[in-house]
Amino acid sequence: MKIAIASGKGGTGKTTLATNLSSYFAETKQTVLVDLDVEEPNSKLFLQGDLIHHEEKYKMIPEWDPTSCTLCGLCRKVCNFNAITQILDEIMVFPELCHGCYACSELCPVGALPMKPKKMGVLTHYKNRDLSFIESKLDIGEEQAVPLIAQTLEYVDRVFPGDILKIFDSPPGTSCPVIEATKSADFIILVTEPTPFGLHDLTLAVETIREIGKPFAVVINRFGIGDNKVEQYCHKEKIPIIAKIPNQRKIAELYSEGKLLFREIPEVRSALEAIMEYIDTLYLRRAT
Amino acid sequence: MMKEIVIISGKGGTGKTSLTASFAVLGGQDIVAADCDVDAADMHLLLQPDQGRSEEFFSGQLAEIDPDICTQCGACVTICRYNAISVIDGKHQVKPLDCEGCGYCARICPVNAISNIDNNVGQWLISEIKTGSKMVHASMKVGAENSGKLVAKVKKEANIIAQNENKSFIIVDGSPGVGCPVVSSLSGADYVVFVTEPTVSGLHDLKRVFELVDKFKIPSGCIINKADLNNDKNDEIRTFLNDMRIDHIIDLPYDESFTKAMTQGKTIVEYAKSEIGSIVEKSWNMIKKRIIELN
Repeated sequence: MKIAIASGKGGTGKTTLATNLSSYFAETKQTVLVDLDVEEPNSKLFLQGDLIHHEEKYKMIPEWDPTSCTLCGLCRKVCNFNAITQILDEIMVFPELCHGCYACSELCPVGALPMKPKKMGVLTHYKNRDLSFIESKLDIGEEQAVPLIAQTLEYVDRVFPGDILKIFDSPPGTSCPVIEATKSADFIILVTEPTPFGLHDLTLAVETIREIGKPFAVVINRFGIGDNKVEQYCHKEKIPIIAKIPNQRKIAELYSEGKLLFREIPEVRSALEAIMEYIDTLYLRRAT
Repeated sequence: MMKEIVIISGKGGTGKTSLTASFAVLGGQDIVAADCDVDAADMHLLLQPDQGRSEEFFSGQLAEIDPDICTQCGACVTICRYNAISVIDGKHQVKPLDCEGCGYCARICPVNAISNIDNNVGQWLISEIKTGSKMVHASMKVGAENSGKLVAKVKKEANIIAQNENKSFIIVDGSPGVGCPVVSSLSGADYVVFVTEPTVSGLHDLKRVFELVDKFKIPSGCIINKADLNNDKNDEIRTFLNDMRIDHIIDLPYDESFTKAMTQGKTIVEYAKSEIGSIVEKSWNMIKKRIIELN
């Protein structure tokens, strides 16, 4: 079972929930946490584990071979991303604009643009007893998160082929990277906070998830601050609220030190219990 | 000479938008506001723009298969690197959320059944905010590619208004992360304000986004929000700022008034019950002074 933790707005507690939930699950069953917020991965800051694997991740981009090129200009014409240009008798490829579609490379009549790997980030894999933890980090200057997210998910599927509980910490927002991170999930938890910003971004996130057509539920973080409009909205839209994490300065302090919350804050543990119960019900429903 | 100030944070939830909106209010008639956090645009909730002029925004293309022409040969499926073409009930169909708009399939389709249609990714708007100044903002369609082009458009329109109306500052609510949208937010900036918090993730993300800003060689300053949450982390951030020659603009205390003001649709500087408003005002004056010094 794959559970993606997402939110429209950043800073609502996605990583807090992902790290606490996966550590809590790992007390009783094998759990895999995958940090797919490749632009700003933070899960590792809250977890300890032994590094068991490390690999560089590459995307494929064309590289010009001047010896065979006839300067016919087809590559420039077929590139929809303006990633190829010609200056005098030289072809230039702009890797940051390239989406790796292979059109120029495969359509080149003389094979003068072979695809070559270019490093875009690093994947690391840690293990702490029953918790396995995978993080991918995009290199600074690399602009496209989606290829790295896709490759990270491929790695996870390859290394953990069975029906193990997998938790994805998704990137914030509602654009491509979120879609990439959530589209293979069985269930999505949207984390929000009961504020006007939280509500506004939750409505966008709900629209996105409905587009993908996945079952989802809401967890309200910092419950008690702000107002009750998020609850009213969820009620109206018939979206289940499966847990509420209270607003406490102590939680903010523990978070600031990079500590997990559920071992020290009973209300957080009971929120996680409620989520586990909900997920167990989903599991059973799926199994039958 | 008009100056562009971009407020970014790397990490979400540090108070970036609340502070940006406060600066926009403090700037009164002398600013243009631009919300470049187009993926989760929230600044309008505090600045309350009227629904001014809006325009659809197109970026990139999407493949579309004409079912009457398609012979179901499957050539497009073979070449598509994004697995964006699926066969449903024996018919080839493009999955819009997966299609990158490379146009490769349309090129190789033997019967020309595939066309490229312009992709409507959202709209951008010019509105008047509660101070009477203008704000340029945008709303992106869900699942659209935030390539940074819509961000660039928002900034360009804000620049045109600022030039025409002779405003001193453009105040930009920047995008999160370190990818294309934030690169677009930063391009052309005169000064960058980081908003961070003294937490392990706040510091981690500040370092990452600074690496990016440093590539552009833009002078920058930092506001530490919730500064009293963790003194050790606060010291670590201050050391980092000092080492990297980032101006330490101000410390703001942990204060839930920001949220209380927000629930009333107000920025903190309009919220009477809070003393923190005066600290925010002080930081705005410091930023303005610093920009003058830099010239």
